[in-house]
Amino acid sequence: MPLVKGGKITTDGFVAVADDAPLPVDVAVLISSARFLEDPEAILQRPGKVGVIWPNNRDVDDLVPHLDRLAAVALVFPTFRDGRAYSQARLLRERYLYRGELRATGQVLRDQFVFMLRAGFDAFDVKKQSDAEAFAQTVQRYSVFYQPTGDGRITALHRRMQLRHSESAGT
Amino acid sequence: MYAYDEIDRTLVNERVSEFRDQVKRRLSGELTEDEFKMLRLQNGVYLQLHAYMFRVAIPYGTLSSEQLRRLAHVARRYDRGYGHFTTRQNIQFNWIKLAELPDALADLAEVGIHAMQTSGNNTRNVTSDQWAGVAPGEVEDPRIWAELLRQYTTLHPEFSFLPRKFKFAITASAHDRAAVKIHDLGLRLHKNADGETGFEVLVGGGLGRTPFIGKTIKPFVAGSDLLSYVEAIMRVYNQYGRRDNIYKARIKILVHELGVEKFAQEVEDEWQAMRDGALKLDHEVVEDIRARFSYPAYQKLAHMPEELKKAAHDPQFETWRKNSVFPHKVQGYGIVTISLKPVGGPPGDATAEQMDALADLADKYSFGEIRVGHEQNLALPHVARRDLPALWKALDRIGLATPNVNLITDIIACPGLDYCSLANARSIPIAQELTKRFANHDTANLIGRLHINISGCINACGHHHVGHIGILGVEKNGEEFYQITIGGRADENAELGTLIGPAVRFEEVADVVEDIVEAYLALRARPDELFVDTVKRLGVEPFRERVYATR
Repeated sequence: MPLVKGGKITTDGFVAVADDAPLPVDVAVLISSARFLEDPEAILQRPGKVGVIWPNNRDVDDLVPHLDRLAAVALVFPTFRDGRAYSQARLLRERYLYRGELRATGQVLRDQFVFMLRAGFDAFDVKKQSDAEAFAQTVQRYSVFYQPTGDGRITALHRRMQLRHSESAGT
Repeated sequence: MYAYDEIDRTLVNERVSEFRDQVKRRLSGELTEDEFKMLRLQNGVYLQLHAYMFRVAIPYGTLSSEQLRRLAHVARRYDRGYGHFTTRQNIQFNWIKLAELPDALADLAEVGIHAMQTSGNNTRNVTSDQWAGVAPGEVEDPRIWAELLRQYTTLHPEFSFLPRKFKFAITASAHDRAAVKIHDLGLRLHKNADGETGFEVLVGGGLGRTPFIGKTIKPFVAGSDLLSYVEAIMRVYNQYGRRDNIYKARIKILVHELGVEKFAQEVEDEWQAMRDGALKLDHEVVEDIRARFSYPAYQKLAHMPEELKKAAHDPQFETWRKNSVFPHKVQGYGIVTISLKPVGGPPGDATAEQMDALADLADKYSFGEIRVGHEQNLALPHVARRDLPALWKALDRIGLATPNVNLITDIIACPGLDYCSLANARSIPIAQELTKRFANHDTANLIGRLHINISGCINACGHHHVGHIGILGVEKNGEEFYQITIGGRADENAELGTLIGPAVRFEEVADVVEDIVEAYLALRARPDELFVDTVKRLGVEPFRERVYATR
């Protein structure tokens, strides 16, 4: 599955490691939440970046104490119809101020890209090659946003206020 | 009327382009039907028994004459010349072609109408009192807040893939015409002891196979906190609502399983963590939305003008006026309800010709504004009382002067098995038969206010649980049967009806309703004791006896 990061298809810097496989040294690894939580200290002290795949039915609270030492968090969309990871993403970004890579995995399709970006995702494990190739174009579909989220895009309500103020300043 | 600006128009146009691309990818096979299904649902497109059905939103039930004309155009150009108004301030077209949908949406977008989130597991059309802004005694116009919620819920990046659909309703009157207690999230605008305006928040109401009346989780939320509090509710629901079973996925089940206190606490905790964030509404922003609602320049008019005195000699006019004209907050004006329940017709249907003609009448007599109510009727909200006789004549000419508002033939019904792939039984023919049985206006008037609600399956689109008489179609061994409940109501005293006994056959339904009505006429304490109050006083037993004694 192609990975889209920084708006382009890119090679994945992380190696996904199965729970029963040994952790390679000096390589950025992506491991399950279960493996991570068994002994977070040991894993974080090992040389090399660590990313954790966090399931969508577990509160992110257990992950929060480690956020500043994680290089990536991957949230899961078992099907694109299951939207729990959008809430997890916003909590990680907006409440816990997580600044590392936030990756969308699972059934990640073109028509969810804008929602995902707005929720704080910045890396996308895209299901279909054609969707990954269409990323840059798709994310320009919308120029108007009604809700404030942590992505900093200005909302329609506030854009109106700005327009109003600039009009009155001009007269 | 809320006037779209360039920002609102841009978003709707961007949505149309997106959907055009999605349809193109489906038609080319790039999208599977499974992938496309949710995308089309998010734009109001269902696959029904015979064709695609297209549901268009009429936010908080307010339409301009230009918009109504455009709906007529869609009915004529893309459908079979009529539309069906639903219980949630939507209009449905039943015979639309997939390839033409993007064009229909583009035509609607030109007049600021969209179909976003009229189905699918997301926040649906925000509904309100169809008399908002004109009802006497209203706290304030609830549509300001409904529009803020419409914008807030439209294409929400966090809540577009909820466990199940999610419906908002908002009222600002003591008498609830928006049925807020049977919505996932009901809001009641009121003033607290300090005279501040805010919202009582009710959660977990809903019908369907597990009906619940909504429960209050917070008696007062200030206007500035409305969106953050709503976001806290949605976030709790998105994370913890059940996704393992579609029948247990609505928020009412989560509230029921957690208990309302625990649910309210979860919401409170979430809200405290973010209540002072970017969702806080400052006064200026609210006032900006308020300023974009325009109100008519009412004239100073007499309450009893000459025209009305003269017309009072015409008994037919008087019958209609007494039935269909309601008090307006401004002297000299009235609110006119337009019944879409003609004798023998399907409830809620209007032809393209009727829509066009009504748009013209709205221009002439109601400052170009039309309202849509959850009872599947329309209204002209600002009619000068002196114009009532002329309006009545014009409505009568287009078949829209049936004087049966709130009477036994003012029936709410879903499309049923005639159209819907979910239905177990027909609804429309039952409604048609009942309107014929009670076609005599004097009889219907003698019976007084009585709401019959009919659903063709347990999903309860016809709100049968909250009908004074509720009729639910079920299927037994391949045959249509109907369960009858009585005593339900959807207003501020909302209650679920009680089953009176075993289900009856299609042919028997109208007879059973007649028996119930006869029992009521014999049992009521006074002529002005409403049916639903008699049931409340006596319980279902005397009605059960009357119905089943001879069956």
